[in-house]
Amino acid sequence: MNKTILEVKGLKKYFPISKGAQKGMFVKAIDGIDFTTKEGETLGLVGESGSGKSTTAYNVIGMYGATAGKITFKGEDISQISSKRPLKFKKDIQMVFQDPGTTLNPQRSVRQILTLPLSIHGMLDKNDPEGQLIQLLEAVELSAEYLYKYPSSLGGGERQMLAVARALSTNPSMIVLDEPTSSLDVSVQAKIINMLLRLQQQHNLSYLFITHDLSLMRNLATKVAIMYLGKIAEIAPVETFFTAPRHPYTQMLLSAIPVISEEEEMFKQAKITPKGEIPSPVNVPKGCGFNTRCPFAKEECFIDDPLMQEIEPEHFVRCHLI
Amino acid sequence: MKDKIVDIRDLHVWYRTFAGQVKVLNGVNLNVIRGEKVGIVGETGCGKTTTVKSILKILAKQASIPKGEIFFNGTDVLKKNKNELKQLHGSGASMIFQDPTMSLNPVFTIGSQMFAVIKYSGQPGAEKKSVQQALAIKALKETSMPDPERILQSYPFQLSGGMRQRISIAMSLATPRDLVIADEPTTNLDVTIQDQVLKMLKQRVEDKGSSLILITHSLGVARETTDRIYVMYAGSMVETAFTNELFKKQLHPYTQALMDCIPRLSGGGVSEGIPGRIPNYLNPSAGCRFAPRCPKAFERCQTEKPEYVDVGTEHQVACFLYS
Repeated sequence: MNKTILEVKGLKKYFPISKGAQKGMFVKAIDGIDFTTKEGETLGLVGESGSGKSTTAYNVIGMYGATAGKITFKGEDISQISSKRPLKFKKDIQMVFQDPGTTLNPQRSVRQILTLPLSIHGMLDKNDPEGQLIQLLEAVELSAEYLYKYPSSLGGGERQMLAVARALSTNPSMIVLDEPTSSLDVSVQAKIINMLLRLQQQHNLSYLFITHDLSLMRNLATKVAIMYLGKIAEIAPVETFFTAPRHPYTQMLLSAIPVISEEEEMFKQAKITPKGEIPSPVNVPKGCGFNTRCPFAKEECFIDDPLMQEIEPEHFVRCHLI
Repeated sequence: MKDKIVDIRDLHVWYRTFAGQVKVLNGVNLNVIRGEKVGIVGETGCGKTTTVKSILKILAKQASIPKGEIFFNGTDVLKKNKNELKQLHGSGASMIFQDPTMSLNPVFTIGSQMFAVIKYSGQPGAEKKSVQQALAIKALKETSMPDPERILQSYPFQLSGGMRQRISIAMSLATPRDLVIADEPTTNLDVTIQDQVLKMLKQRVEDKGSSLILITHSLGVARETTDRIYVMYAGSMVETAFTNELFKKQLHPYTQALMDCIPRLSGGGVSEGIPGRIPNYLNPSAGCRFAPRCPKAFERCQTEKPEYVDVGTEHQVACFLYS
């Protein structure tokens, strides 16, 4: 049995609004979420825009400090913001962002980009720095000639591979991937996903993988959590999630995916036609956050927010109907 | 003889840049029959948007058309003068862009923007404010927008992305159109909103008896919305077939590779992707532009450009494997 590497408990992140009509109120980006990830696993985080996926990722890597709740990594508390975290945790959790165009410095060569994290963490091989960097590039299937190129001369896919190489450079045990392929074409996406899966095998990496593409999630996650309005609606092992989802929101999301074969149509759950849009995280509806769009909402859904319950091992659902 | 609303023949479009002529479109053939919903599918940079922009003749000023013809409703668009083009834009064809934040003016209300569209549509009585108001409200209602009177007084930033895109659709269908062009209309939207917007777009186009050209990079979206699909690669159409048939039987190696790349909801892993990248349009090879990445390429593919061949009812492929 693999060890738990990351544990998130009751995590909340509120952003105060300092201007305008809603001054004094809060954007409740994450409103109490719990999940755990084991070593070598991929936890997939799905949801619509504004559901709090990225905020969760930023909390894990320490770009934000938690408003409430606790994040434990390898048994130690890392709820605080990155600047207050011990260096060893920064080294151990790395991140790949959605848009490699804006997260790679256009004025730095590939060599400089890859050297920076290594020298910060004192991991640079002083005898043969070039050899070390070439090894990194080769791990992501880029050749040595890329060392003196600049991001502007790389294609979108190559840039994202470079971003993965940068994340790998400090030999982390966990990588947070925030929509790493959503700005790429499918033919390039396929290449990067395969590479990520191979690296995971080689280095026993844990991934926290954020995407809105459920078909992609199906093919790489070990466990999937679905977020809605700052809360996790359902969390289950990938097979269960796609074959027997219980939360109406999961079913609605699954039935909305455009697919390309009859075989896949069968995975679309009991035709719940999507309606409405995700409400604002400032004015969260009373009761269950999903009650404005849920076709099965009953009286108590408008009064009480349901609690997370484990309906079978590893399968958690937060819904009054269960 | 079928009534072709759009008929593009051997269209070449070049863009002038500092580095030289970029030869983007390399002989595009495309036709749309009245009432048909046609999809153009392809990856970034393959020329999908350039193709449809040339139908409306709204290409950037660096563009030139060295060769080719575009017929819209039987007349050659490329020979139209300014006034005739106005008519085409006002009442012939309309376009829905990918990003409604870019296509809606942020400093005017939705109402004033919709009224302007209706005013120049040539509808009877469209100069009258009351008629404009009535038509705009009707169009918004048809796109299932709640509270249309309030929407007309709102500015684009006060509305969500899904609502803005619905307004673009309402605008393009507020007056009768022969053709609606939708350029990646749902790429910026969440999947539940995408589902609603696409269903609505399809419904509205069918109700009004318009034709639709839907540009998308997602084969799934094309499958659920269109009757017939063109697969485009590096400036020309490589395969076209009825939607049902295309998903049963892909013939062009590019279509096959593209299908393999798409992660399936039923699982089964992800393919290795397509090796290489799209060719440089400055000096493209004279042969098939897919040849450098094609696993089945042979000698002839390097030197000669394959023409469309019929391989079934309305199923055509541009590949030497089938000729």
